[in-house]
Amino acid sequence: MGKTDVIVVGGGLVGMSIAYGLALAGRRVTVLDEGDDALRAARGNFGLLWVQGKGYRNSPYASWTRQSVALWPRLNELLHADTGIDLHLRQPGGFQLCMDDAELAEETRRLNWLRDAFDGDYPFELLDPAQLKKRLPGVGPGVVGACYSPMDGHVNPLKLLRALYVACRARGVVIVNGLSVNAIDQCVNGFEVLTAEHRFNAEYLVLASGLGNRPLGAMLGMDVPVRPNRGQILVTERLQPFLHYPTTYVRQTDEGTLQLGDSLEATGFDDRTSSPVMAEIAARAVKCFPRLENVRMVRAWGALRVLSADGYPIYEAAHDSPGAFVVTCHSGVTLAAAHVLRLAPWIAGELDEPAIAPFNLARFKDLREVRYAH
Amino acid sequence: MSDSRVDLIVIGAGPAGISAALEAATRGLKVILLDEQRQPGGQIYRNVGQADERRRRILGPDYSAGKQLVQALLASEVRYVPNAAVWHVMDEHRVHVLLNGNARVLRGRQVLIATGAMERPMPIPGWTLPGVMTAGAGQILLKSAAMVPQEPVVLAGCGPLLYLLAVQYLRAGIHIEALVDTSGRREAFKHGRQLLAALAGWPDLLKGAWLLARLKWAGVRHYHAARNLRVEGERRAEALSFDSDGQSHKVWASLILLHQGVVPNTQISQSLRAEHVWDEQQLCWVARRDGWGETSVAGIFIAGDGGSISGAKAAASQGRLAALAIAHRLHKLDELQLASLAQPWQRRLRRETAARPLIDALYRPQAPNRIPADETIVCRCEEVSAGAIRSYVDLGCLGPNQTKAFGRCGMGPCQGRQCGLSVTEIIAEHRKVGADQVGYYRIRPPLKPITLGQMAGEREFDLSVFSPLKRIPS
Amino acid sequence: MPTDALFRRLQQTGQQVRIEFEGRSLNVPADVSLAAALLLHGVGHTRESAVNGRPGAPYCMMGVCFECLMEVDGQANAQACLIEVADGMSVRRQRGARDLLIDPQLDEEVVDE
Repeated sequence: MGKTDVIVVGGGLVGMSIAYGLALAGRRVTVLDEGDDALRAARGNFGLLWVQGKGYRNSPYASWTRQSVALWPRLNELLHADTGIDLHLRQPGGFQLCMDDAELAEETRRLNWLRDAFDGDYPFELLDPAQLKKRLPGVGPGVVGACYSPMDGHVNPLKLLRALYVACRARGVVIVNGLSVNAIDQCVNGFEVLTAEHRFNAEYLVLASGLGNRPLGAMLGMDVPVRPNRGQILVTERLQPFLHYPTTYVRQTDEGTLQLGDSLEATGFDDRTSSPVMAEIAARAVKCFPRLENVRMVRAWGALRVLSADGYPIYEAAHDSPGAFVVTCHSGVTLAAAHVLRLAPWIAGELDEPAIAPFNLARFKDLREVRYAH
Repeated sequence: MSDSRVDLIVIGAGPAGISAALEAATRGLKVILLDEQRQPGGQIYRNVGQADERRRRILGPDYSAGKQLVQALLASEVRYVPNAAVWHVMDEHRVHVLLNGNARVLRGRQVLIATGAMERPMPIPGWTLPGVMTAGAGQILLKSAAMVPQEPVVLAGCGPLLYLLAVQYLRAGIHIEALVDTSGRREAFKHGRQLLAALAGWPDLLKGAWLLARLKWAGVRHYHAARNLRVEGERRAEALSFDSDGQSHKVWASLILLHQGVVPNTQISQSLRAEHVWDEQQLCWVARRDGWGETSVAGIFIAGDGGSISGAKAAASQGRLAALAIAHRLHKLDELQLASLAQPWQRRLRRETAARPLIDALYRPQAPNRIPADETIVCRCEEVSAGAIRSYVDLGCLGPNQTKAFGRCGMGPCQGRQCGLSVTEIIAEHRKVGADQVGYYRIRPPLKPITLGQMAGEREFDLSVFSPLKRIPS
Repeated sequence: MPTDALFRRLQQTGQQVRIEFEGRSLNVPADVSLAAALLLHGVGHTRESAVNGRPGAPYCMMGVCFECLMEVDGQANAQACLIEVADGMSVRRQRGARDLLIDPQLDEEVVDE
């Protein structure tokens, strides 16, 4: 095996985004990934590029999210140039549909806080049912209102993952699959990563294996507080395009199928679906768009979010193991652009990135665990 | 709480399911038998209760044998529920079913999967053209609608079911343009070991030999060791081209019936994450079961072809054995009773499965008809070609779940039923590893499409609708 | 364009019902599946793929292949091999993705008849 500068453990959206960014910065990268039946948060996402509401009481996160979304067109260009794959990036704005007054009030409160935090530079509109109906034909009477923000959008997340694979390979990234990391040792020139049958060496190491970051971090003496949180999604048969904006509960993909979500469940490592939750998601989707009553669900899945103790990303340059980095988040699609164009260069030592500082591990020292995803 | 659960839920009213349900009822268990079709019998005994004398004569004595079974069911204490499509089974023994368009949940102490087999996919070039159907489809049309081919028809592939259909068509006076057989003429002699073992199942062997003799006697054009099969046509099937005996052939036909064996329908067992192993003899995934049919998931049993292919008679025996084991588990039988009641069925089962290894060896589907060239579509729902799958493997995909994420194969309405085996084998061949290492799709509910409105309105199944007359009012 | 039927019945006895296929009225046997009924009438293909327009027709006749998806009485993507014909049934080919008939021009949704 040839020399490599950086080993990235984890071939999901986070790992591959970082690998791509590092390759763009001229580094030699090796990605280590598990087998076909791994948990793979990368396959379980909604495809939203979502800004509104994120980072309530955490302006650095709100800011980081906004920056990533603003960089997304650039990422799209780069990937398209390297792969020819159309990711169906659309950023027409998005709607947070509210099913009762309490929900609407809560969302309004959050958005107002965020607007203040950004000194008014935080565009959004509150819509009543009449206004909403003009913007989203087919929306049902059970929706009491909505928050629209022009900052939101969506993309095809599976095409994104495939494009990252193609682009990384095109730029010389070595991807080794079917592996499980058994041990990580620090040595004179960096790190040695041991799997059942292989040994990998590099000066730099990025742990980007989602829930696997907990055991891997422990190998370097770090406590990485990530927990699984299950979300379930229903997918329908293909429909003619009718929903031209993403919403938090219903999104129409470029293939025409509808993705319906979602849930927040603490079920450990159980990524199965459950019918009470599926029924709830179905009922809510029909409430949002009554025309969906006779639309068929073709498949459903559950996936495990990688949730940190406070719900925010972890970007850690390990103090005791210089050269090692830990990266986790649960918005791997939204943050992909920031990961490629800001985080990777920071890991490569090309630039300072003060925006990342609040997301280190030190913040968890005194924190109680929180259940919500942001 | 015990009132809201039945003792046994049986899914599938074919020979395995009906036999199991009858046995369970005999032993005093409260049984519900769910089936997707309108009439009992499964696929092999499809419509046997209604088929007239002429149709039964065409279809042959094996088919008519099903009539007794169906009649026994309708006369029994079994609660039989037709038009019930199971769309989800949770391993806590909740069965979610769509009953005449209503979503209901049933609870049982034990569950028996008896969903039978389906045709093995046969992805040859042109297989998606209108006019190309399966031999199984031909049989279903004959059984359930008394329909036979109008145009000259070509039968292509291999396996006893193909010959059986050919003979059934002959009896109905249909002209068979050609029987294009992908198995070789003298295969039997290569399989001495299996031949010896198969002698214990001599009725099956005799039957197979008789079918072939009948076809020969009728002068059916029978091409052997056919290779390079291709369906020709623009918007529909027009001809089948192939090579045989060193020559190229092209047979004109608008209806081409393909068949290369049947495989277990494992959607339910896979969705339960029961352990499956790759069976290199039968070239399919087979759920691991103990001698009674219990899978690696406690309380979930499989009987019949849904477990591994063994035919209708063996299915019935397996059904009986599973029901006896379940009756024992639910304290209706003690150890001694179980052993003595099981013995005759176990003996029969040995005889009924003796010829299977030989049949599997004789009619092993050819690799090019399972693992096609790049241009051939393997996932019909999402239009994904074999070449695309190979390209995803080159990109780094190790198995079908990754290729699904990259290419959408297996995401369509059939949820992998038509492409699953092909995709696993294509990946295995391209990676040069065994199919067992590659794995299979992660199967998720819904096992059948269900509307959002139906899902939202799901309720518990009301057991009190069962009157003394076993059937549910339709 | 009608093509020659691929199948015929063993005997022409039994009850018949009338169904409507793509605006044409067809007489079909009363107790068969919709897919079987259409195969008696030489309809050619019964759907066009939502992915690439490929013409498809019934293949397995037992509900596992999902090739026979059709629009039946206004409900899209119904498996024709699992539905029994009924008098007055209205059937169309499933052409691509299903249309929810939501009209952005109107305040109210477009309603089916």
